[in-house]
Amino acid sequence: MIISIASGKGGTGKTTVAVNLALSLDKDLLFLDCDVEEPNANIFLRTRLYETEYVTMDIPRVDEGRCDYCGRCAEFCEYNALAVLSSKVMVFPELCHSCGGCKLVCPRDAISWEERVIGRVEHGVKDNISFYQGVLNIGESQATPIIRYLKNKMSNGRDVIIDSPPGTSCPVIESINESNYCILVTEPTPFGLHDLKLAVDLVRHLSIPFGVIINRYGIGDKRVDLYCQTERIPVLERIPHDEEIAKLYSNGKPFVEELGEWRVRFQRVYELIEASI
Amino acid sequence: MKQLAIISGKGGTGKTSITAAFASLTKGRAVYADCDVDASDLHLILKPRVIKTMKFHGLKTAVMDKEKCIGCRRCYENCRFNAIDDELNIIEERCEGCGVCVYVCPSRAITLTDRDSGLLYISETRFGPMVHAKLSTAEESSGKLVSMVRENAKNLAEEKNKGLIIIDGPPGIGCPVISTITGVDLVLVVVEPTVSAIHDMSRVIDVSKHFSIPSVVCINKYSLNEEKTSEIIEYCRSNDIEVVGMLPYDTVVIESMVQEKTVIEYPNTVFSDKIRLMWRDVEDKLFNGVREVEG
Repeated sequence: MIISIASGKGGTGKTTVAVNLALSLDKDLLFLDCDVEEPNANIFLRTRLYETEYVTMDIPRVDEGRCDYCGRCAEFCEYNALAVLSSKVMVFPELCHSCGGCKLVCPRDAISWEERVIGRVEHGVKDNISFYQGVLNIGESQATPIIRYLKNKMSNGRDVIIDSPPGTSCPVIESINESNYCILVTEPTPFGLHDLKLAVDLVRHLSIPFGVIINRYGIGDKRVDLYCQTERIPVLERIPHDEEIAKLYSNGKPFVEELGEWRVRFQRVYELIEASI
Repeated sequence: MKQLAIISGKGGTGKTSITAAFASLTKGRAVYADCDVDASDLHLILKPRVIKTMKFHGLKTAVMDKEKCIGCRRCYENCRFNAIDDELNIIEERCEGCGVCVYVCPSRAITLTDRDSGLLYISETRFGPMVHAKLSTAEESSGKLVSMVRENAKNLAEEKNKGLIIIDGPPGIGCPVISTITGVDLVLVVVEPTVSAIHDMSRVIDVSKHFSIPSVVCINKYSLNEEKTSEIIEYCRSNDIEVVGMLPYDTVVIESMVQEKTVIEYPNTVFSDKIRLMWRDVEDKLFNGVREVEG
């Protein structure tokens, strides 16, 4: 079973849910931190990362000895990653999507590939959790290739927990696609509700079964509860706005390790999910 | 014209509440831009009246005419985004609109078409003009939409003779964030005293350094963890970054949000006083430049 944890709004508690859920389950798990722009799960899991793989993209290199500056590559490129001047070809690596089109259209076979590192995937093991996180390099814009690389770490037979980035666009889709279930984490505020609706639109569009966990329950108002009720969305758990939980969080400690009853509550969340799919 | 972007790395640290408060304090003088096009919230407080709506076309998408397809599988073999499945259907969510499949198809069965990727709005609010957008569900290229929001905000500021643009930014450090901060005069990074937020702040500050944009820091909810707050102050000191604001944890932030008001419009509190002080400091930095912090 693949369970992803997502939210429209950032900072609602995705990582909190993902980490505490993983630590509550007594089974072999694969944990993927797909929030490669700001990976936080290992702050809480504290896995010793002993393996690093670099994620690269293929960027065109132009052999100016062969090139006759016909301009077809630049004309073809939908991302404006190439510009051909009268006696020079300029490549803008950060705009390139590595589609391979420029090489295909070049009539003089002047283009070859150069690998460009855009980030890395790190791995470690903690008890029953095999952990991977992606890290996007500073200044790089494309998170999706790293997420794609991370997702290749999935194999059959082991449950997978995916910590998704916030939002509703490309990196989120890449992270949660193919999940058997998606947990949407929100908070009971107008911002939380508004962004929850966006996330619900997304998971419905992708036809992924889903439920909601309301974090910091007690602040704001009751509109998130009402919305879930009206839309018949299961609320899997409500994590209260609690000083102790907030304090543990701020210090980077998973609260299931200190507050034992929450292990049982997260196991129940897992059972609810299992029963619903 | 000066541009200020409010970002954080980590989501949920208070960017939008602070942006809305700044809007209250700059009424009539600025244009407001919501660049969190994935999950925008600023409009919930500023309640814009939309004056003009524009369509946004992001990446193109490939469309296949199955009648013309001869099943040669060249599109499948050449697509680097796995956007063509085993039965030669195009998976729209994966297609990045590169056009390789169109090029390799011998029977001209595939074409590239524009897709409606979102909407951009030019609006009026009780504080002044606002530009915001809504990326469609499951769309790509939010960075491109961010650039479009910023371009429109700039044109609007010139047209309406406003000397200031205040930008509510997205979380993260990737494409939409880079588009948000490119070319701004100052970045305000909002952090809270948690291990995660500190980690994310340092990454996003590295990004603004990478693009040579000066940044200052606001510690929100500093009273929640004094120890982590000291860590942030220490980090800023050793990186020559000024802390321009320390905001206490206060329920007024959520209460005013529920009332669809900015904290400034809400009955006077210590919190709003602190925001006023911070704005004065930020404004000074924007118009007079960032001084090097000593020590």
